[in-house]
Amino acid sequence: MIHLPVVKANERVFKITPEEAPTHDLRDELFQLEKEGELEVIRVPEPYMEVKTKYGRTKKIPLEKTWHHKSCGQCGHIPGYSTSIFWLNRAFGLDYYDPTDQTSCTAWNYYASATSNPEAQAAVAIRNFASAHEVGYFPLIHCGTSFGHYKEVRHALVHQHDLRRKVRDIMKKLGKKLVIPEEIVHYSEWVLAMRDRIAERQVIDMSHITATVHPACHYHKLIEEDAVYESEIYGAQRTAIVTASLQALGINVADYSSWFDCCGFGFRHILVSRDFSRSFSVQRKIEVMKEEANPDIVVTHDTGCVTTLDQSQVAGKAHNMKVGLPVMADSQVAALAMGAHPYKVLQLHWHNTDNKPFLRKLGIDVDKKWAEFQAECDLIKAGKKEYLTWEDAEK
Amino acid sequence: MQQALDLRQNKYSEVSQEEKDRLFQECKDDERWHHILYGCYECGICVAACPSAKFYDFSPRLIAQSVAREDTDAIYTLMNDSVWDCSQCFSCDRCPRGNSPGQIITVMREVAVKNGLQTAKQALEGYGRIIYKIMSTGSQVSPDMLQPNAFPDWGHHVNEIADNLEVWRRALPPETLHTTETGWKVSEKTIIELYLIWHMTGVMDLIQGIDDGLHMILVDVMEERLEEAGYDIEFD
Repeated sequence: MIHLPVVKANERVFKITPEEAPTHDLRDELFQLEKEGELEVIRVPEPYMEVKTKYGRTKKIPLEKTWHHKSCGQCGHIPGYSTSIFWLNRAFGLDYYDPTDQTSCTAWNYYASATSNPEAQAAVAIRNFASAHEVGYFPLIHCGTSFGHYKEVRHALVHQHDLRRKVRDIMKKLGKKLVIPEEIVHYSEWVLAMRDRIAERQVIDMSHITATVHPACHYHKLIEEDAVYESEIYGAQRTAIVTASLQALGINVADYSSWFDCCGFGFRHILVSRDFSRSFSVQRKIEVMKEEANPDIVVTHDTGCVTTLDQSQVAGKAHNMKVGLPVMADSQVAALAMGAHPYKVLQLHWHNTDNKPFLRKLGIDVDKKWAEFQAECDLIKAGKKEYLTWEDAEK
Repeated sequence: MQQALDLRQNKYSEVSQEEKDRLFQECKDDERWHHILYGCYECGICVAACPSAKFYDFSPRLIAQSVAREDTDAIYTLMNDSVWDCSQCFSCDRCPRGNSPGQIITVMREVAVKNGLQTAKQALEGYGRIIYKIMSTGSQVSPDMLQPNAFPDWGHHVNEIADNLEVWRRALPPETLHTTETGWKVSEKTIIELYLIWHMTGVMDLIQGIDDGLHMILVDVMEERLEEAGYDIEFD
């Protein structure tokens, strides 16, 4: 009998070896370009946490002095996503900055319609980075596509002299410098870096909850070497993002076979060709999760993924498909675990798929919480209150 | 119903070989080109990973192979009849040869838009209001876009949001999120800087290539706001 040196998948050991990485650490070139006067590097401020990336590089994740690069889809259609990120920062008393001097990265439009070009895309990115630098904060990127796109832009600016020159000229005309962050950091990396501190403040038991995780394509497929990996999570065969954060809260993260598939967002498809988005999201993601893991909740970390996986289930339900899984972002689950209000903070009324059974399973009095939120809305409607404030939300 | 991809050479026989060669040359002139195309093992990993390949007559492998072979007839057909099916998720970056079919498509789409191909205009029909929003406000989608006629397949929930929009936006604790026409409050200075970037990078020419009417409206809005801010700038 021939003996083949085959090791079962669950017995394989994956060693992270930076020296064998197919890509190199871009920061060396960034700092060299800075020495040559080509650009200025925005350093990650103290205090920061160190995490490992796909090929073992150490990545710095700032804990405060963060400049929140908001997401148009999150802020526009699922605003409890960003509100939860801010709530977490406030709960820990961290210094953060929520700017009005920020535009979208405009990459959603670029990937949807191609009505832009690399020069414009890079200039938009650097204008935002410069805005953060001017007020002394470090960019923390909320959107998965902004994160992936900015990694691509940073890569292009380091390697393309002509593009660098053009963008530097544009910035000069705007009275700004060509500044590039030492690290491009996604908010979910911040959640991951903070996970033990979040778990210390956990007030809602989640040990009886099963979740499935959808890692956002533009987080781990674009410039893959900058995504966070941990040997304890999936043997470092896939990104640790979201999964590590949920496990720290005691949640059972269940596996499913189509984890690598996208959510169906498709950029232009979700806006003008949604039959594809709906079909893919339900048939390749939600139904597979339901059949193979039957989770209580789907957790992800990007604008388009939350939107597509959540909203597409309406059509699936109409066709009697296996749907009905609430979808949230990791920031919302983390805030909920720490006792955040499901409507004043998580703003779950903007989500579509019924999340009340999930909240009830956590022992939350959904009707009472909704009545509390409605009472605030009534005050606003009656003109007795202009806005719901942070103080109202943190009561 | 989507038609099957037709790669017969006579599909676009009325287009001259010189024109097809010129468009492909534009793709090759892009600085990214030589970092996203290395050849093809024909392993099919890109197709297996591709979401669009599961629902459309679409193949990232066909695109990688056609551009590697420099088959400009096939490339012209793909640029017209295939590239807009791509989801731009970059799952195809798993390619063991180092290709990025998704980025090849990004470049091909850009060339299609820049040259005003009729199929690019068709692919972007109905998308104009999004281009208007992102170019004029710096935010791709906004709360007031959540209207039942725009998202009928998202169910009654959209009606509920539309009915309560003003109050629900005021019931958001972050002060920057009280807006309805943009995702968040964007300062006037920021918008002006964005318009200056559009002007300096020539992206308005791309808009003109696919939608002349939209271009005129955008130019009017931008030139007026720039003039109010003290800039004497014309986009044409």
